[in-house]
Amino acid sequence: MRIAIGMGKGDHEARLEERGINRRDFLKFCAAVAACMGLDATGAATVAQTLAASGKRPAVVYLHNAECTGCSEALLRTTQPYLDALILDTISLEYHETIMAAAGDAAEAALHAAINNPDGFICVVEGAIPTAMDGKYGYIAGKTMFDICKEVLPKAKAVVAYGTCSAFGGVQAAAPNPTGAKSVADAFAPFGIKPINIAGCPPNPLNLVGTLVAFLQGKEIKLDSLGRPLMFFGESVHDLCERRPHFDAGEFAPSFDSEEARKGWCLYDLGCKGPQTYNNCPKARFNGTNWPVGAGHPCIGCSEPDFWDQMTPFYSNK
Amino acid sequence: MSTIISPKSNFSGPIVVDPLTRIEGHLRIEVEVQDGVIKDARSVGTLFRGLEIILKGRDPRDVQHFTQRTCGVCTYTHALASTRALEDAIGVTIPRNATYIRNLVLAMLYMHDHIVHFYHLHALDFVDVTSALLADPAKAAQLAASISPRPAKAEDFKAVQDRLKKFVESGQLGPFANAYFLGGHPAYYLSPEENLVATAHYLEALRVQVLAARGMAVFGAKNPHTQFLVHGGVSCYDALTRERIAEFEGLYRQTRDFVEQVYIPDLLMVASKYKDWAGFGGTKNFLTFGEFPGDERKLDTRFLKPGIIWNRDLGTVAPVDPGKIAEHVRHSWYEGEDARHPYEGETAPAFTFMGDKDRYSWMKAPRYDGEVMEVGPLAQVLVSYAQGQAEVKPVVDTVLKALNVGPEALYSTLGRTAARGVETLVAARQAEKWLDEFKGNIGSDNKIVEDCDIPDKAEGVGFVGAPRGGLSHWIRIENKKVANFQLVVPSTWNLGPRCAQGKMSAVEEALVGTPVADPKRPVEILRTVHSFDPCIACAVHVIDGRTNETHTFKVL
Repeated sequence: MRIAIGMGKGDHEARLEERGINRRDFLKFCAAVAACMGLDATGAATVAQTLAASGKRPAVVYLHNAECTGCSEALLRTTQPYLDALILDTISLEYHETIMAAAGDAAEAALHAAINNPDGFICVVEGAIPTAMDGKYGYIAGKTMFDICKEVLPKAKAVVAYGTCSAFGGVQAAAPNPTGAKSVADAFAPFGIKPINIAGCPPNPLNLVGTLVAFLQGKEIKLDSLGRPLMFFGESVHDLCERRPHFDAGEFAPSFDSEEARKGWCLYDLGCKGPQTYNNCPKARFNGTNWPVGAGHPCIGCSEPDFWDQMTPFYSNK
Repeated sequence: MSTIISPKSNFSGPIVVDPLTRIEGHLRIEVEVQDGVIKDARSVGTLFRGLEIILKGRDPRDVQHFTQRTCGVCTYTHALASTRALEDAIGVTIPRNATYIRNLVLAMLYMHDHIVHFYHLHALDFVDVTSALLADPAKAAQLAASISPRPAKAEDFKAVQDRLKKFVESGQLGPFANAYFLGGHPAYYLSPEENLVATAHYLEALRVQVLAARGMAVFGAKNPHTQFLVHGGVSCYDALTRERIAEFEGLYRQTRDFVEQVYIPDLLMVASKYKDWAGFGGTKNFLTFGEFPGDERKLDTRFLKPGIIWNRDLGTVAPVDPGKIAEHVRHSWYEGEDARHPYEGETAPAFTFMGDKDRYSWMKAPRYDGEVMEVGPLAQVLVSYAQGQAEVKPVVDTVLKALNVGPEALYSTLGRTAARGVETLVAARQAEKWLDEFKGNIGSDNKIVEDCDIPDKAEGVGFVGAPRGGLSHWIRIENKKVANFQLVVPSTWNLGPRCAQGKMSAVEEALVGTPVADPKRPVEILRTVHSFDPCIACAVHVIDGRTNETHTFKVL
């Protein structure tokens, strides 16, 4: 049973109202996404039209590999509108182990129905792929994570590596990488997979939603050399940081328990990795309220490849 | 105790649930059923990441960031445990404000984590979303108003029902595709109106959890993966401002209102219809470390106290002696046969095959004095109840009275789920006191962190009463680097495999005796497993895998 209701009828706002989405909330959300995408005010309308465009919700399959579920938790925190509107009214989240009702064989059947759906699907991947010992460090439903991804990813219309683990290997890939954990790009390049990397530990969910919107709009998503959308990862945390004037003025906090730290001066001498890190945290913020430097803590560079090895020790820039 | 006869089939044979969804991490449950009742069970952790191996040789200050990535659901708790372990090694006493701020963020996590668990990870085991379509919205509103002080309007329930109807009619069932309840299931007992009330609150809770997470981020920078702890205190000077405190307080109140007016009433509504589940899923021994310290390094200053209950005997609460903890690998995918104290552990991964009945999990099997222990909200609630704690005992008694059951009902799947609600309510109420004390304290004291150096050589431990139970991190520092690091994690206690003596883990023991109505849709397995709130990424870890060194730690 696949009945597309409201297809081609009425305007998108009426359809959204039908689906129970408050128009004001929805437009606020679209404006936030548009701002992250670097679009101007009219961009919000385009985002709104795309998300509400067709009666049939685009299918999304979300795979979990070697991960901590933090990326899924980050996705749960989307606002304006909230996740219920996203998954009930906007996309069709057909496989997601953390929230799906089905389990075991029934979950497997849902996965296979989704990836064989003639309308296609977008695949979002959380977690790195264990490759040592023939992938046997990670199993789901009796198959290795590597084999599952190998089956699913080539069928997807687009592959989004959501979070630093799937984008770059993440924490389990830190030296000595006991399980041979690899990014989606590294593990599946031989199979022609070129993911869009939404890096971050956790990634900002706005950056995922914005990417999905751009994809559904058929827009070209310009990527940097690391596969990250330039619209979100085009500027350094340092350049966007509200404490940048203190850096320029040579005003640095020498320790956490200092008057300078209390005054909100630059955290570079406490190890801040903002200058080497590309992400929109200072602008997008997390949970709609804050971000690490806002809480007086140095950036640890979590959207960069191998930051667990390259950016450590975190509390030093010497 | 219950007049409900739990439905069961005549099925005999194996059932495997893999993936066991609506949990954190990757879990497989294998059971043997005889005449519709589970006779044997195995809990299988199917992913290995090796974080402790990665920690060796690192800067001790960095560890909290690595360990926090053990789990994005139990976010903050690992960072806190690592930070407390480092502070113990340094010997620093942190400023009062830092403890207040940490406790407030943790209280928000308790509310967040338990709300998400009840509604988004557990509720669909009891609530049939499609049955809600048959409800009378006016009756649903009456029902809601009868169980909660919060006003309820028929049109609100009608709106939810209409939205749900459109969703179902779209044919794209998304997260509800292939749910066990589709088409009706004999083990689902709620009326259409009860299902509608619970479903409406499932959706509302998706929004409330955002508020709780934002509350954590107000002081903690972000959720998941807070970034505001430093050894010696916290870094968030903003937390001293009137604006940030007011923002936190507003989010706290909204979340607490939901706990008091929605979560607890819903819990009692569902529990009162599933009282047969007070008869299965129990275990015998319980361990907790307590939480919410006055002094971070003194367990006895905690609001919720540590303790052990043996054999369901609420007459005695035994003290916790970490020296009695041993980890077994006889049935895990590691080399070796013997149990070892965690600090003497040696581990070499030795995978056999998926489905092996002898060595069958990446989890180890922790035991206390040779016995299996359940950890988590039920353990904490039982210990506090047995101690007669003034903030806890009346809440437990109220719940038992509302359900018309005695304390013995706590030793069950239903008791475990109810205890989680009790713990949430207790922490939510107490947070008000900490917030008031914090506001009072900053008038004369604005210190939030103590600068301190990393010692050349030291060792320390950090205990956390995480939402899933007792968590401890153990650090040994040499040459200012991590020489060894251990995590002893709640879900390893609850969800591990058998020990060397063949004794089942808590979840395995809990599953035995459970009826199964439909072997193709074994929702009963989900109920008991979910009641533990499994966190498998946390539970699967190794100890000192590269060097097989032997270590000695001080015991508290």
